[in-house]
Amino acid sequence: MRKPKLAVWKFASCDGCQLSLLDCEDELLAVAGAVEIANFPEASSAVVEGPYDVSLVEGSVTTPHDLERIVDIRAQSGLLITIGACATSGGIQALRNFADVREFTRAVYASPEFISTLETSTPIAEHVKVDFELRGCPINKYQLVELIGSFLNRRRANIPHHSVCVECKRKGNPCIPVSNGSICLGPVTHSGCGALCPSYNRGCFGCYGPKELANAESLAAWAKQELEADPATLKRVFHNFNAWASPFKEEGSSHG
Amino acid sequence: MADSRTIKVDYLARVEGEGALDIVIDGDQVSDVKLRIFEPPRFFEAFLRGRDFREVPDITARICGICPVAYQMSAVHAMESVCGVTVGGPLRDLRRLLYCGEWIESHALHVYMLHAPDFLGRHNVVELAQDHPDTVQRGLRLKKTGNAIVDLLGGREIHPINVRVGGFYHIPPDSEFEAIAERLRIAREDALYTIEWVSGFDFPEFEQDYELVCLSHPDEYPFNEGKIVSSKGINVTAQQYHDVFEEHHVGHSTALHSRVLERGNYKVGPLARYSLNFDKLTPAAQQAARDAGLDETCSNPFKSIIVRAVETLYAVDEALRILDNFQRPDAPYLEVEPKAGTGLAGTEAPRGLLHHTYTINDEGIIEHAQIIPPTSQNQATIESDLREFIQPRIDLPDDKLQWQCEQAVRNYDPCISCSTHFLKLRITRR
Repeated sequence: MRKPKLAVWKFASCDGCQLSLLDCEDELLAVAGAVEIANFPEASSAVVEGPYDVSLVEGSVTTPHDLERIVDIRAQSGLLITIGACATSGGIQALRNFADVREFTRAVYASPEFISTLETSTPIAEHVKVDFELRGCPINKYQLVELIGSFLNRRRANIPHHSVCVECKRKGNPCIPVSNGSICLGPVTHSGCGALCPSYNRGCFGCYGPKELANAESLAAWAKQELEADPATLKRVFHNFNAWASPFKEEGSSHG
Repeated sequence: MADSRTIKVDYLARVEGEGALDIVIDGDQVSDVKLRIFEPPRFFEAFLRGRDFREVPDITARICGICPVAYQMSAVHAMESVCGVTVGGPLRDLRRLLYCGEWIESHALHVYMLHAPDFLGRHNVVELAQDHPDTVQRGLRLKKTGNAIVDLLGGREIHPINVRVGGFYHIPPDSEFEAIAERLRIAREDALYTIEWVSGFDFPEFEQDYELVCLSHPDEYPFNEGKIVSSKGINVTAQQYHDVFEEHHVGHSTALHSRVLERGNYKVGPLARYSLNFDKLTPAAQQAARDAGLDETCSNPFKSIIVRAVETLYAVDEALRILDNFQRPDAPYLEVEPKAGTGLAGTEAPRGLLHHTYTINDEGIIEHAQIIPPTSQNQATIESDLREFIQPRIDLPDDKLQWQCEQAVRNYDPCISCSTHFLKLRITRR
């Protein structure tokens, strides 16, 4: 039987999520034995033509060229999986969506006329159909291996959708906002990190984006009342790596 | 013209990010070389304005998935310099330990997965593993040990969460540091093996007269602190950076080019650190470098792979030294209160000097940010290397020339998402 063809694509991003695959030091050669790595420019100069059975897409759509490229990638791909906060929510660079991108360009570049960019940074799913979204800034590499393994074995991936709070309780961590008075996005954030920040004595800052049916408004009201969080702080807390994902988008904007 | 030829390669692979390289050859002369970086801009320096100074290590980490620790280190040092806080003692040692972890994983990644395949005629590490399974396993183990340090002290390998202005959020238990020391003793053997292995590769004759720029510290091989020095006489503090260097914007790149004022391009990275700090390496690293055939300075960029291997050994030994003398800090961090002002700091990312400048107000809100990554400083030198490299090899067949040009770019371990990102390589002959 022919090995499934895997492709890795990059849009606006830091490369960290595709690097997660190279960080699988123990699993990399096994994965490479089970799939044909047909297009992965960060790791290989050999490129095999499409179509591809699975495409992993990293990064957000930020240029006119990206708009065409993602449609082409979708057409060449069996399954299209987005990896990471940029691809699933627009990433930290989506902070431009709340500002004037021309002013941003002038602030960074001496000759803004050289720069071609869209006014927004948007997730892949705003442009094409996506079959699975793997969350995180960065993704959890074990979840990526699980996802590839489930595809190879034609079963459903075991990737939980509960909140960081659930992971935190399972680890037996003391509750950060209660014990040290820091804002923690654990109740509204998608699991996947293993409650990393609370385990290191700091509040969750939302790398994995909102969980389903997250009640961000209630969390903000609690932080305002109990922790005396001011509006500017609340805005920054929600407008972070997943600023363009609802309800973080709306909640951040409601604080000025 | 009679011998007009165009070679087009869709991607320069095995670099971190995306860029393009255009080479124009007129007859028997290289007439133009452009490293075109068109990674879409992400505007970090613009959206950092209005953010809290304590958020900067988390936000700037997202510039680069390969060297997030470097971004975090330059950011916290710059903020501490504004606020008048100096982090010393065991906390300083732990920062250095974290940086050792990033150097080991980043250098091992580049040596084994990105650069060695060039020297051995392979497309990637998976092909390499077919011919050299034991060697690749050693490389992966070495990389994993570097990652284990970042994982322990940073919380995770990519975008660590434990670095804060003033120190760390949490200091892991002593037993976990002891476990890392055990692994480092094995990594030491792997690092020595790596130096020997890469020193046996074939290197083109290509010595260049660079202005090498890096940090220099009186007592140690530079990571976090030191003066900025060059092989042509620069000797300034991080605060004076903008008096000596300037950035300018060229049409073919979304990354800004850097130059020494009134002089021209320069080079940062392993060759600069090694050549200007050889005396600060451990005796073991110095000996391993000599055994690998290196002098006390190195100006052949193709040999950067050996220098990276030597620096990996140094980082392993330095990590072991820190762990052997480990003293638990009294508190995981120093309190840092915001103070209005401007702070500048440079640290040594695996790819070279990474300089940050921030202005904050008295509430700690950022008013101005400027970040100068190593790859943007090296861009002009990468172009000049290619010009010099191609000219005597102009008669090579296009496929061979293209392979060697890509290799010459990879000498720099370019990190294009840092400098912004995409490499398409095109040679036009006319």
